[in-house]
Amino acid sequence: MEAVIQKKSEKQGIDEVMPSNEPQDIQVGDKTVGKPFADNPKMAMRNVNVHYGDKQAIFDVNLDIAKNEVIAMIGPSGCGKSTFLRCLNRMNDTIESCRVTGQFILDDQDIYHPKQDIVPLRARVGMVFQKPNPFPKSIYENVAYGPKIHGLASRRVELDEIVEVSLRKAGLWEEVKDRLHSAGTGLSGGQQQRLCIARSIAVSPEVILMDEPCSALDPIATAKIEELIAELKQNFTIAIVTHSMQQAARVSDRTAYFHLGKLIEVNDTKRVFTNPEHDLTEAYITGRFG
Amino acid sequence: MDTSMLLVVGLLMTAIAYIAGRGRSISVASGVGGVKNLNSLPFYYGALTALWCGIPSFLLLAIWAIFDDYFISQIVVQELPEHVKNMSESELGLLMNTVVNTAQNSSLGLSSEPHILQAAERLRGLEQTNQMAMTVAFISAGIIMMMATWLRIKSNMPARVHVEHAFKWLLLGSACVAIFTTVGIVLSVLFESLRFFQSVPVTDFLFGLQWSPQMAIRADQVGGSGAFGAVPLFAGTMLISMIAMLIAVPTGLMAAIYLAEYAHPKVRSTIKPVLEVLAGVPTVVYGFFAALTVAPVLRDTGSLIGLDVSSESALAAGLVMGVMIIPFVSSLSDDVITAVPQSLRDGSFGLGATHSETIKKVVIPAALPGIVGGVLLAVSRAIGETMIVVMAAGLAAHLTMNPLESVTTVTVQIVKTLVGDQEFNSPKTLSAFALGLMLFTVTLVLNFIALQVVKKYREQYE
Repeated sequence: MEAVIQKKSEKQGIDEVMPSNEPQDIQVGDKTVGKPFADNPKMAMRNVNVHYGDKQAIFDVNLDIAKNEVIAMIGPSGCGKSTFLRCLNRMNDTIESCRVTGQFILDDQDIYHPKQDIVPLRARVGMVFQKPNPFPKSIYENVAYGPKIHGLASRRVELDEIVEVSLRKAGLWEEVKDRLHSAGTGLSGGQQQRLCIARSIAVSPEVILMDEPCSALDPIATAKIEELIAELKQNFTIAIVTHSMQQAARVSDRTAYFHLGKLIEVNDTKRVFTNPEHDLTEAYITGRFG
Repeated sequence: MDTSMLLVVGLLMTAIAYIAGRGRSISVASGVGGVKNLNSLPFYYGALTALWCGIPSFLLLAIWAIFDDYFISQIVVQELPEHVKNMSESELGLLMNTVVNTAQNSSLGLSSEPHILQAAERLRGLEQTNQMAMTVAFISAGIIMMMATWLRIKSNMPARVHVEHAFKWLLLGSACVAIFTTVGIVLSVLFESLRFFQSVPVTDFLFGLQWSPQMAIRADQVGGSGAFGAVPLFAGTMLISMIAMLIAVPTGLMAAIYLAEYAHPKVRSTIKPVLEVLAGVPTVVYGFFAALTVAPVLRDTGSLIGLDVSSESALAAGLVMGVMIIPFVSSLSDDVITAVPQSLRDGSFGLGATHSETIKKVVIPAALPGIVGGVLLAVSRAIGETMIVVMAAGLAAHLTMNPLESVTTVTVQIVKTLVGDQEFNSPKTLSAFALGLMLFTVTLVLNFIALQVVKKYREQYE
């Protein structure tokens, strides 16, 4: 009870400092509404709290990610959706002040268990970043990087095949097959991002996390990535953070709405965008703030 | 007024021009509704007037000062008696010297010949006239240019564009200073070297295995005939530099990786300055550290395990030199490693690479050009280093690859041939320039090769 009170006061504190035009009359509530749980979860997160130093960024989030689904995370800037996403493959470990508590289960395995090795974890849960970040190496070397460090190919022929398959899956093969050995940084922004997707596919992950993968791309490149996400769904589980509600509506099966570090509502995407359960979600998707 | 006084006056004039130009623009501005309606800010009108006043008048002064001696002496020579004018050029030069000296200080009584005294008198008169003319020309040029610009100031005059343009030329000039200095150094070394190669064949110098530059200066003196084979010196330089680089590159690079990738920011901010203090220690201090501490330790250790280590060894010099250049490698490498974008590291971590894999395969390749730059700087330092070698490695030119023996380096020999009394016609002295030229060429080639290597292997991130 005490904890709840403290949380509330902290939340109000944030409200006071943030000059926002958001509706003051809507209650945030402590419970996530909708369907945060799934029958066949690939990943299950329970009671997740994240602190940066003294500041709490995520409050008591419970969420399942089902097998082979695309879940979109939306919400205004600073709502904690990227932070939450980065917890899923422990990318926040590199940030010193960041403290993560709660349970993260990937196929019955606790990924924050002290004995958990993050190397195989990150091979199973891949990540695509906001800004395309190909290594300053050739296109081939970019894709071969992951398989090489995980020892996935013992012979050159196998490696060649992994590279080709990954580039095909990322829809980039036809465009780059004649210049595999030229620099990856020489590609256009959209191609670079697809190269980064191919790079993470190459280590055969089970889950792919995408942190605003299209925010640095033009509409045509964005359309290509969205098409790609629809195809990747066959083989991978995908969690995508996006600022574009249209994008969330186009690509995802379920949508999770975050607000000031709390998970407000999770529902089927159609439901969220046509008939949201929570008033805050409705306020956000209708553009009353954000 | 003498020339230095004129310089002061010129600066004063320029300052006045600035104030006048600025004031003029403001008064022009009041006619068109305030400074906001001027094409440029008043500062630019002032600066433009100052430039127009200063540059032409100083140029005039410079040209005048360069050529006036020549014309004055021509006039004086023309007025000398016929028999004097027909003397040979060197004799005439001597005579003119006497004339100049007499003119400057007649009480010396250098000469009593009437034509010299007369010429000196004439010279003095001409110089006074010249100085007067120069003063008048300089000041009037400045004032005329100032007035002309002052009159040209209108509200629509694009003063800003002109001043920006002048500024660009100033920057270009600054860039040229370094280039011209280099060219000047090369030329001066080159010409002295050519004189050296007139007495010693190039092939003897380049391929000779013996270095003993002692030469008899007088015919009756006891002394060596001199052998100028540079191979032992270059071998010594290479040996010591190699030992130094073997110490400095791995240590420096690993220190840089630790500082940039693993160290806590607090640790980094403490260790980095401490490491850089190493670069501030004078090389002389390193020199006696090498000679008095390291070399004896090496000798004693050597004798313990039955090795014959000379008390002045290439190893001692190389070790200490290596420590000296660690900060060059580490500091520069640390900067470039830190500059590699975090997104590249995240990408690698996101694929499940460990920290050290990320460093080896992503960070170092991306930072390679900068690292090579730091190493190159260290190599140049090692090759050019003198004091440590003088003290710790000796002066004897042995041709050996054994680091336990004493060797000497190019720079040490350059110093050795140029200290004390010397004669600038003797090959011994001139050999210093040939060595300098060789050293310069070697470092240039090294730089060139390194640049090519970097170009081939660099991995460029945006």
